[in-house]
Amino acid sequence: MSIREVTVEDLKRILRESGGANENVDLEGEMLDTDFDVLGYDSLVLLETAARITREYGVTLDDEAVTSARTPRRFLEFVNGG
Amino acid sequence: MTTTRVVVTGLGVMAPNGLGAENYWAATRNGKSGIGRITRFDPTGYPARLAGEVGGFAAEEHLPSRLIPQTDRMTRLALVAADWALADAGVRPSELAEFEMGVVTASSSGGFEFGQGELQNLWSKGSQYVSAYQSFAWFYAVNTGQISIRHAMRGPSGVLVSDQAGGLDALAQARRQIRKGSKLIVAGGVDASICPWGWVAQLASRRLSTSDDPDRAYLPFDAAACGHVPGEGGALLIVEDAQAARQRGVPTSYGEIAGYGCTFDPKPGSGRDSGLRQAIQLALHNAGLAPGEINVVFADAAALPALDRIKAAAITAIFGPYGVPVTAPKTMVGRLYSGGAALDLVTALLSIRDGLVPPTTNVSLAPDYGIDLVIEQPRVGVLSTALVVARGYGGFNSAMVVRAAE
Repeated sequence: MSIREVTVEDLKRILRESGGANENVDLEGEMLDTDFDVLGYDSLVLLETAARITREYGVTLDDEAVTSARTPRRFLEFVNGG
Repeated sequence: MTTTRVVVTGLGVMAPNGLGAENYWAATRNGKSGIGRITRFDPTGYPARLAGEVGGFAAEEHLPSRLIPQTDRMTRLALVAADWALADAGVRPSELAEFEMGVVTASSSGGFEFGQGELQNLWSKGSQYVSAYQSFAWFYAVNTGQISIRHAMRGPSGVLVSDQAGGLDALAQARRQIRKGSKLIVAGGVDASICPWGWVAQLASRRLSTSDDPDRAYLPFDAAACGHVPGEGGALLIVEDAQAARQRGVPTSYGEIAGYGCTFDPKPGSGRDSGLRQAIQLALHNAGLAPGEINVVFADAAALPALDRIKAAAITAIFGPYGVPVTAPKTMVGRLYSGGAALDLVTALLSIRDGLVPPTTNVSLAPDYGIDLVIEQPRVGVLSTALVVARGYGGFNSAMVVRAAE
């Protein structure tokens, strides 16, 4: 589990770096419970995001668990040890 | 095998002397070169320092940001070229049946620059710094994959890896698929490996010109021939069943893919002739045309005396000495590997459309070749057929005949 918590803003930044920004989606609005598919981020983006989190926060994440997190909220819960 | 007529209805070009088919054609007609000293990295210290770079291309202006982190430069160029080709053909893929459209591209190096970056990450920082996208961004079929995903083209698709011959091989495969029932194929090739790792790989061929003068470095059929200048870019063409194109409401096409032939060279040292002549003969036979009916030949242009001799010999054996106009406008852009022959095919179609053969710039024809090389000025006149010849490193010989639209 990570020592520093990954915040929503951190996650948004890393998602943008890993998978760009879907022009039709407003990442600034309520998106914590929006499915990643709707946000435009597929499993590869999530793997890339997980790798970057590992680099920045030092926590190793399980690939299968990472790609089974359907929403940003679930993803953060998993990453932050919830 | 049916005799379905297969035509080209759209062009998308990324060339060192022009972005887009019309810009490329305008530059080529006017002898404008896109070759210069490499700017992508510092070429000081490398034996070869010139390349045909595609300038002025900002991927972010043409592609959604989602695609940027996961694509090598060559894929970005290919995606935009495909977009332009589809727009040129007036095709909206969402309006056509998914399984009736496919993508066939050629590639000779895959995503080299992307791969180099990830290798650097691996060895300087560790495996955690290797992008997940490396899993596909490097491989030869990625252009086909990304284009087909972007436009939901779920029909028969693939990739051909045969160096400079690949562009013709991909177009031939597209024609094959259309004759088997596909309605539309995006076909061609785009390559980009102007990065240190790619450069070293190309240098290993020992075929690169080491000249520093952009006007004297790439001189096919010239007594001063000393190798080629590499380039990046290429072309994607929309290839369709002629009937389906008419039903779609396309009044004319750029031309028909009339014939194709390919051979593989015998083992070096065997004493047997290159298969190039036979590839040309197969293409002519496949098109049902006699040599005298070919109006212009677009040569492969290796610009090394031994290789130029083989080419000139094949051409004169079939067409007779000075029997047909020959040209290699690729002196203005360099050898584009998998993009080269696709771009030559675009050039052939535009030559037919406008009745103009672009020149082989910078070259003074050496006397012993016996070919009617078009130099200095474009040659104007009615053209209805063209032969494009391409040879790939390692023994690939391909030839394709195109004919004016009816």
